[in-house]
Amino acid sequence: MATHHLQTPFSDNVIRQLHAGDIVYFNGTLFGIRDLTQIYMFDQNHVPPVSLAGMPCIHTAPSLKKIGEKWEKICVGTTTSTRMDRFTPALIAQYGVKAIIGKGGLYEGSLKAMQEYAAVYLAIVGGSAALETLQIQEVEAVYWEHLHPEALYKFRVKDFGPLTVAMDSHGRHLYEEVKEETRRRLPGIYAKLGIVE
Amino acid sequence: MVDFDYQVIEEAAKELYIRALCDLPPDVRSALNRAYERETNPTAREVFKAIFKTIEVADEHKTLICQDTGLPIYMLKIGSMFPWNGFQIKKRLDIGARRATQEFPFRGSSTHIITRVNPQTSVGDGLPVIYYDFIEDVDHLDILMIPKGSGSENMSKMHMFYPAHGVSALKKFVIDTVFETGANPCPPGIIGVGLGGTADLVMRLAKEAIVRPVGQRHHDPDIAAMEEELEDAINSMGRGPMGLGGDITTLAVHIETAYTHITQNPIAINTQCWPARRSRAHVYPDGRITYGY
Repeated sequence: MATHHLQTPFSDNVIRQLHAGDIVYFNGTLFGIRDLTQIYMFDQNHVPPVSLAGMPCIHTAPSLKKIGEKWEKICVGTTTSTRMDRFTPALIAQYGVKAIIGKGGLYEGSLKAMQEYAAVYLAIVGGSAALETLQIQEVEAVYWEHLHPEALYKFRVKDFGPLTVAMDSHGRHLYEEVKEETRRRLPGIYAKLGIVE
Repeated sequence: MVDFDYQVIEEAAKELYIRALCDLPPDVRSALNRAYERETNPTAREVFKAIFKTIEVADEHKTLICQDTGLPIYMLKIGSMFPWNGFQIKKRLDIGARRATQEFPFRGSSTHIITRVNPQTSVGDGLPVIYYDFIEDVDHLDILMIPKGSGSENMSKMHMFYPAHGVSALKKFVIDTVFETGANPCPPGIIGVGLGGTADLVMRLAKEAIVRPVGQRHHDPDIAAMEEELEDAINSMGRGPMGLGGDITTLAVHIETAYTHITQNPIAINTQCWPARRSRAHVYPDGRITYGY
């Protein structure tokens, strides 16, 4: 298990050096997206007014407040990723996103896109909004404000992490590996508990 | 009826919601510490460190641990010597939860089931959830507040087995639920199991199971043994913190039971995430409030 301290934007070369189970912290830009952001992009064909190339995107619906023209953070946490799986291959292939940050992981199609285009899925610790909010230094921009709290957010972050590489660009899927290992152990667990199948 | 100022209940309801969201109970903190000591997987140990850092940040800055402020649940134990007006209590709990949401302020999560319109109050028809019970020879009102987040609540399961399925089916249901839900309930948390009762009571038992302090066992030694047995079994599954692999998949299995019908064998599971949030107040007839967990 290696620990990586990275800076955005991420190059293909950097992404290829990340392996399932590694820990990542990074500085720089982080985009916030959610269900509605991606429905707007992919189902309603709106092109983001800012480049996402080389950048990480986190699955979030942040609590923010607008003071004058400036957005201030209140609480930024992470939501379950699987709901947004169907948008992910396009996000990677079309817009050059290099890392998806969320909890719970994504499916096979997203894993394939990560292999083909050099991208990763970074698992954050669910429930750790206090820490995430502290590591977000500034809300730099909110695009498509009418979609808030599911707009497109540009955050500046410092030492954002720890994040676990849960899906890497070499085809490894940590959640699936762990699940398979548990499946292998189940008959022994049933036997020990006297469970009749 | 003694002259009691019900405004006190409103203040307690508001304060309890905020306290629960920001200050994790000491038994949960200790359980997380003990779990970290036992964890050998390096990735899982990093997950634990992030959990501790989060708790530290929330303590230091008095902020929300998790952005999911949940649906408010108030569990009341009404002392036999406490002067109480049930309608007033219900009304004040509702106002208190609403005020916590708007005055802190934090995201309200309650929404209309069909229109999905969110009033940003954390309450609405049927909310807050209020449970009540009575205790003898006590002069205070005990209020336990639980902000229940959806990552774990969405993983709840219930099944009406038959007596012929025996205890074996109940244990398998617990193991299979943990297997299927994986990373979703933000493990390692508390797995609450209800056994017995009716379809509605069994889920209430599961809910009561998740609010028992970690480290306390069921008073019936046979049930306590079953808790330990299931806990060990779940912690041999290898799912680990956040489902990323590791030794610790749960902090505790808690079981609550009730008698059931001769033809029934019901089970319910209510999972609680690692931020197993709860707060408690004792309200006295003279208006004094003491806070705890």
